[in-house]
Amino acid sequence: MALGRKSTLNRVLTVDLPMLAILAFTLGPYLWMLLTSLTAESELFTRGPSIFDLVWSNYERLFANVGFARNMLDSFIIAAGTVVVGLTLSVTAAYSFSRFEFRFKKVLLLQFLLINMFPLVLLILPLFVLMRQLGLLDTHFALIVANSTIAIPFSVWMMTSYINGIPKSLDEAAMTDGCSRLQAMRKVILPLCAPGIIATGIYIFITAWNEYLYALTLGGQNVRPITVAVQTMIGEYQVQWGLLTAGGIVGALPATILFLIVQRRLVGGLTQGAVKG
Amino acid sequence: MTTTSVPEQEGPTSGRRAALWRQVMPLALLSPAVLVTLAIVFFPMIQTAWMSLHNYVLFRPKNFDWVGLQNYFNIFQDEVFWISLRHTVLWIVITVPAQALLGLATALLLNQSFPWRPLARALIIIPWALPSVVIALMWAWIYDSNYGILNDLLLRIGILETSIPWLANPDTALYAIILTLTWQGFPFFAVMILAGLQSIPQSYYEAASLDGATPWRQFWHITLPGISGVLFTAILLRTIWVANSMDVIFVMTGGGPGYSTYTLPLYSFLEARTNLNFGYGSALAMTFTLMLLGIVILYLKRSAKAVQ
Repeated sequence: MALGRKSTLNRVLTVDLPMLAILAFTLGPYLWMLLTSLTAESELFTRGPSIFDLVWSNYERLFANVGFARNMLDSFIIAAGTVVVGLTLSVTAAYSFSRFEFRFKKVLLLQFLLINMFPLVLLILPLFVLMRQLGLLDTHFALIVANSTIAIPFSVWMMTSYINGIPKSLDEAAMTDGCSRLQAMRKVILPLCAPGIIATGIYIFITAWNEYLYALTLGGQNVRPITVAVQTMIGEYQVQWGLLTAGGIVGALPATILFLIVQRRLVGGLTQGAVKG
Repeated sequence: MTTTSVPEQEGPTSGRRAALWRQVMPLALLSPAVLVTLAIVFFPMIQTAWMSLHNYVLFRPKNFDWVGLQNYFNIFQDEVFWISLRHTVLWIVITVPAQALLGLATALLLNQSFPWRPLARALIIIPWALPSVVIALMWAWIYDSNYGILNDLLLRIGILETSIPWLANPDTALYAIILTLTWQGFPFFAVMILAGLQSIPQSYYEAASLDGATPWRQFWHITLPGISGVLFTAILLRTIWVANSMDVIFVMTGGGPGYSTYTLPLYSFLEARTNLNFGYGSALAMTFTLMLLGIVILYLKRSAKAVQ
């Protein structure tokens, strides 16, 4: 008994307390932002944020005056479009990488990894010039294309590692039963991939939702994703921190919730370096 | 890719066709992804290289004059380039080790058993999920010179006499952003190192403690070698991403005050965005990419080994 109590105390001192300290550092800034967003603007500079009288006024103003709903719709269209492009192109490619041996396979696979390592500026300048020449600036299409440069390589890697985890004997059994290779892929492997496809899709969605520099460069008056809207607010409402932090909380919410849902599945893709930090 | 596996009862023509199909199918399945990446990634990259050899300013789109390597020669004469390079190096050598150490500590703690471990594990990655813009906004509010909580706390404890405008002061701005980026990136290390820790067999530790090894010696001789592979990969990846990352700086200070938070990718981006000088901006982007290439190749070599 005495030993048990001593080791519990020991654990609290060496594990629980340090962990709490790290969590305080991790969550502190976020909670501070949350608290600020729930404080009335007039209180902010007199008494400072406090947990005792919380108000929704900043959020009401956000949707009434700033037109945040419109920005969220833009972000949603772009993120969903990127998910569709990324997944449709990558699933067959991943199947091919996982099931066949062919020349230059390794080079082709590694070039997808290489793409994710290039600095964004290397692509953002020519894409801007290109979209400008094509008259596609300030369209959802331009931003879906730009986000696909990140999404396609990522999902090829994620899906390849996922399909590698499905035994090859399943394809072979289906083919023995008279399926062609493509039927085996469509009817047997694809349904088994569903959890991997969903996790990959969600991660693409988060990345595209959070993306900022492409959105700033290729977007404009018509298409203004949430990240750009938040940044523009920083310029316009510099002193209105209540409104600004409310915008930050709302802008981050969809991605945060989705991330918590898929986090476990991502570790596999992570260790292979496919996940963008 | 053998033709011998073609069923023999089929005629010679259909057999050959089936063999051909078997050769072509893997590439046919790959081609959509490969062609699209060629069009939207590799083609634009070549365009960057091409632009970097020209004098190309966007408000004079008619002038696209070939200047050869002149832009590159100019870079080495450019004081701002050297300032940005120095900041980029500082930025990497402080941020990456700070993230790694904090991530290692977090992973070691998360590898212990305590009742609320699943909760801690889920919460620790929140910074990672937030958009960079929101992170920048949040920390700008914390650093605010008049009402920011950081100044408030430091004044109350008595460390500071007067509040410091963290982001407006050229001496502190870069370090303030480095702290922000450390905060953003350490969960990545924590999750990766944790995966490494969990792959070390528990029996090693049992054997070591039977032999009377202290926790410190166990850490040094079992834990560290056990996670060295994962740690090295994570450091390479993180170095590349930290080097590339400029959105947080762009939102927090836009490179200022003066040039005090310029890094190379940011300089390249601002040169194109603000000065519309796409020729010189492209040359900067190319130079920076070439500098980073060493680390990228090192990382790809490790991945190539893992693929086999």
